[in-house]
Amino acid sequence: MSSVGIVSYGTYIPKFRIKAEEIAKVWGEDADSIKSGLGVLQKSVPDLDEDTATISVEASREAIKRAKIDPKKIGAIFVGSESHPYAVKPTATIVGDAIGCGNFFHAADYEFACKAGTAGIQTCIAMVKSGMIEYGLAIGADTSQSAPGDPLEYSASAGGTAFIIGKSPIAEVEATLSFTSDTPDFWRREGQPYPSHGGRFTGTPAYFRHVYTAGEKIMRENGYKPEDFDYAVFHQPNGKFPVRVARMLGFRSEQIEQGLVVRKVGNTYSGSSVLGFSAILDVAKPGDKILLVSFGSGAGSDAFIFDITDRIEEFEREPKVWDKINRGVEVDYSVYLKLRRKIKMK
Amino acid sequence: MLPRFWRKIKYRYDIVGTVCETCGSKYYPPRNFCPICRRKSKMKEVNFGDKGEVVSYTVVHDTPEEYRMMKPYIVALIKLDGGPTITSQVVCDESEIHIGMRVKKAFRKYFEDGEDGIIYYGTKFVPES
Ligand SMILES: [Zn+2]
Repeated sequence: MSSVGIVSYGTYIPKFRIKAEEIAKVWGEDADSIKSGLGVLQKSVPDLDEDTATISVEASREAIKRAKIDPKKIGAIFVGSESHPYAVKPTATIVGDAIGCGNFFHAADYEFACKAGTAGIQTCIAMVKSGMIEYGLAIGADTSQSAPGDPLEYSASAGGTAFIIGKSPIAEVEATLSFTSDTPDFWRREGQPYPSHGGRFTGTPAYFRHVYTAGEKIMRENGYKPEDFDYAVFHQPNGKFPVRVARMLGFRSEQIEQGLVVRKVGNTYSGSSVLGFSAILDVAKPGDKILLVSFGSGAGSDAFIFDITDRIEEFEREPKVWDKINRGVEVDYSVYLKLRRKIKMK
Repeated sequence: MLPRFWRKIKYRYDIVGTVCETCGSKYYPPRNFCPICRRKSKMKEVNFGDKGEVVSYTVVHDTPEEYRMMKPYIVALIKLDGGPTITSQVVCDESEIHIGMRVKKAFRKYFEDGEDGIIYYGTKFVPES
């Protein structure tokens, strides 16, 4: 069987940015200790007319354009998000009509906190391998809300990544596995505008246990050590956790630097680890080996080993993720409140 | 409102119009019939592409209720590289917009039918770079 993996990818990051200083000023906090404690300097903010559906469409259109494939060959669309515009009514159908993939396609919205995007990648891999579809589109996108004054306000941002899964890939999936358990570290009840979290509980039993276990197991099962990888990327709820888990697993900082986008863009939730992964694909060379481990609260991790193929050489990779991140327009806290609709209107 | 919008989703979500194969005239919004060729018109659906140029614009300060949050917003006549000239909102700062500005299509929200209603999406334009 010919190899299956990522045939194309596209990303979208809204243009507005708010700096940690601007948020800290309003809440009387010390910006320097926030920045060093959280490792997030600024985050992306969506425009008033942007949401998870619009971000998903933009990222998908970039992926389709780069793949140079007929969208009608896409047989499945999965949109992973914790901020779908509707509680009931799929985002995937909006994406399908906007990219013009016809009507004969399988579609579903996924929800698993920040790992719903990688869950969609796994489903597409299985569907392509089984012969059910030729190409599948897996999207991770969010415009996550955070309560004013909550520590999450410094990191909860917006953005998305779309992957086309198929044969003859630029990045072959060598292995994938998931580690899942019922761990209530972060949640949002139906009808509530903002999420709640277990404070310190979000670290050790949730993020570190799941990411470490999935990462360690996929390497051991496939006979690899950290030094066998050119790059590694982990879910990025802040700038600290991915750095620490990388060290726990035995990776050096040079292996994770390229994918560590959270410092400049915040936590894009379902788009987080995959946005970092896309920044790595932007510079990867044939023969490179990449470890990707996502994390979704509640809780679970999807781990992947990717091998870059020769096809990446003629693949269009401009504009790069880091260029998009660095191109933002700064807004102040009052504009941010309006953009995020935190001002109650009559 | 809802059925009328639903029927036009294809043309709103992307810049899909029609071309008359008899005389080459391009139409957006699409027409089923070419007013030049009349009975000889042969219509075909085409996608007019992603990019264009602002030929005229107006900054709207007196907005309908559903666009209050976007105030002021910009409506422009855009000559598409793919042919026809269309009217669309351009999402950018008032200080940026100018005649001859290069723009590209963007998938955005048009408006929401209240907090419990449908969200209407469609094509707008943003600065190309
Ligand atoms: Zn004609």
